[in-house]
Amino acid sequence: MRNIWTVFKREFGYYFVSPVAYLVMFMFLVTLGLIFSYQLGAAAQFGGAPDVAGWVLGPFVTLALFLTELLTMRLISEEHRTGTMELIMTAPVREWELVAGKWLAALGYYGVILLVTLIYALIANSVTQPGIDIATLAVSYLGIVLFVGALLAIGLFTSTLFSNQIAAAFAALAIYLGLWLISLPFQDRADTVGDVFNYLNISSHYDNFSTGVIALSDVTYFVTLILFFLFAASQMIESRRWR
Amino acid sequence: MIEVKGLTKRYGERTAIDQLTFHANKGEVVGFLGPNGAGKTTTMRILTGYMPPSEGEGKVAGFDLLTQGLEVRKRVGYLPESVPLYPEMTVMQYLDFMAELRQIPNRQDRVDEVMEMIRIADRADSYIGNLSKGLRQRVGLAQALLHKPEVLIMDEPMDGLDPQQQIEVKRLIREIGKEHTVMLSTHILAHAQELADRVIIIKGGKIVAEDTPERLSAQRAGGGRIYLEVAGDGAGLAEQLGRLPGLGQVRAVSDGNFEIDTLPGADVRGAIAQTVVNGGWQLLELRRDAATLEQVFIELTAGEVEAPAGAAAAEPVAEEEGDAHA
Ligand SMILES: Nc1ncnc2c1ncn2[C@@H]1O[C@H](COP(=O)(O)OP(=O)(O)O)[C@@H](O)[C@H]1O
Ligand SMILES: [Mg+2]
Repeated sequence: MRNIWTVFKREFGYYFVSPVAYLVMFMFLVTLGLIFSYQLGAAAQFGGAPDVAGWVLGPFVTLALFLTELLTMRLISEEHRTGTMELIMTAPVREWELVAGKWLAALGYYGVILLVTLIYALIANSVTQPGIDIATLAVSYLGIVLFVGALLAIGLFTSTLFSNQIAAAFAALAIYLGLWLISLPFQDRADTVGDVFNYLNISSHYDNFSTGVIALSDVTYFVTLILFFLFAASQMIESRRWR
Repeated sequence: MIEVKGLTKRYGERTAIDQLTFHANKGEVVGFLGPNGAGKTTTMRILTGYMPPSEGEGKVAGFDLLTQGLEVRKRVGYLPESVPLYPEMTVMQYLDFMAELRQIPNRQDRVDEVMEMIRIADRADSYIGNLSKGLRQRVGLAQALLHKPEVLIMDEPMDGLDPQQQIEVKRLIREIGKEHTVMLSTHILAHAQELADRVIIIKGGKIVAEDTPERLSAQRAGGGRIYLEVAGDGAGLAEQLGRLPGLGQVRAVSDGNFEIDTLPGADVRGAIAQTVVNGGWQLLELRRDAATLEQVFIELTAGEVEAPAGAAAAEPVAEEEGDAHA
């Protein structure tokens, strides 16, 4: 267990010397800032209450679907490519500890980005009487954390498959888009098949959170994805020993 | 300390090492000598718990390689061939990270101690990416020593170093070899000869010889060879030496210079010196031929000529592939 913390610290530190990580943060903050200020201006002109979930977190989800693989692509593949994996795997560290530490560190980096987005909530709060609904906002943020946690687990897994970061990134992106668009052909079907594919759609599970509702099925969906891909990642690392 | 039996590793169809059985005692420095592609790295990766063998069994530091990998890893220090380190970390950060992974108590003190010992304390805050190959090698060594491992495994520790750096690393290895069981691989014979108490020569994944450097050279090719130089032309000396037991042919190379073949076993240098001095000659030089083990090595690891042409030709190519994936 202590190893998770050790790995976490090293990995978390890496994000702050990594140009790619800074670039991802920059993309998030600039895009969200532009959308937010535009919407705020529009609201001031035409009336209407600031809507943090709709203006900030909605676009955040979409951006995360396209950018998360840039954060995860190097996680394991880089260690395989440069050979540093050899020293990690000959230290008394278990595969799942390595995986958990790396995942938590990536989640921590997303946490930093999310903390910065709270500025928008503060601004929205200051221009709204009697203030925005804090409870709903908190639930939305919980949903976001679960959502990016799932994306990160997927990206971490694809990073175990390739020594090439670009390949790992594309594989992750393919799974993200697959989970996002999977229900598209079944949107209008009201039968079981439609239900199943709609359940698999990743963004639909965030939608309930954004309205302040914590539904068991949504939590289960994300937690299952996270555990499944983290487990698969550590199994992959283990199995590479045998080749 | 190291005890393996029938170790075999296959990469798909390719057998990298084939039924290796050997051991290394406590406090011994064992040299693992072989040409490129012989299977040195593969063997060391198995001994360090990086990967399991396809067949065979073994114990390192008293723990089973197959079932107690974690315990083995706790007790082994490893310097991999290419010394893979994180370039974006400083020496200090990196060693602290590795010390923490190995759960070393008072780790700041231990990191400082090892940096002093390996003489990199003055580079503690340098980024690893900016270090020379020699310094990186030392960081790799420091990392391998942090937890005072019972067994230290070094894969080609002298590779890519300039002569000055090699001397430095050799000094470190000798120092370390006093307390730890050391296994080091090399494809350069002189390094094995200088550093190892015992040499295991492997070729094509098989052990072809195993002994002390001295005995290996004595055993082969009718024993060793001795060079002798006396003042003057040394007339009559060859005949006198010819009467000594344990000597083969004595050749006068030039005036006062002799080449003496020795038979396996006995060390005849004392007897030769005696004969020279008693006969009234002035002894200028008497040395054993350092190249003899080289001949053994060449003799043992040659034979590619007899191997199937296809197998020999495929080797270097396949090896590069292997390294890229490693
Ligand atoms: N990961 C790998 N995949 C496939 N073949 C490999 C791999 N690693 C090594 N080999 C092959 O195994 C043989 C032994 O390699 P290696 O242990 O690296 O030798 P050495 O370290 O003595 O140069 C070589 O023929 C090499 O091509
Ligand atoms: Mg090698």
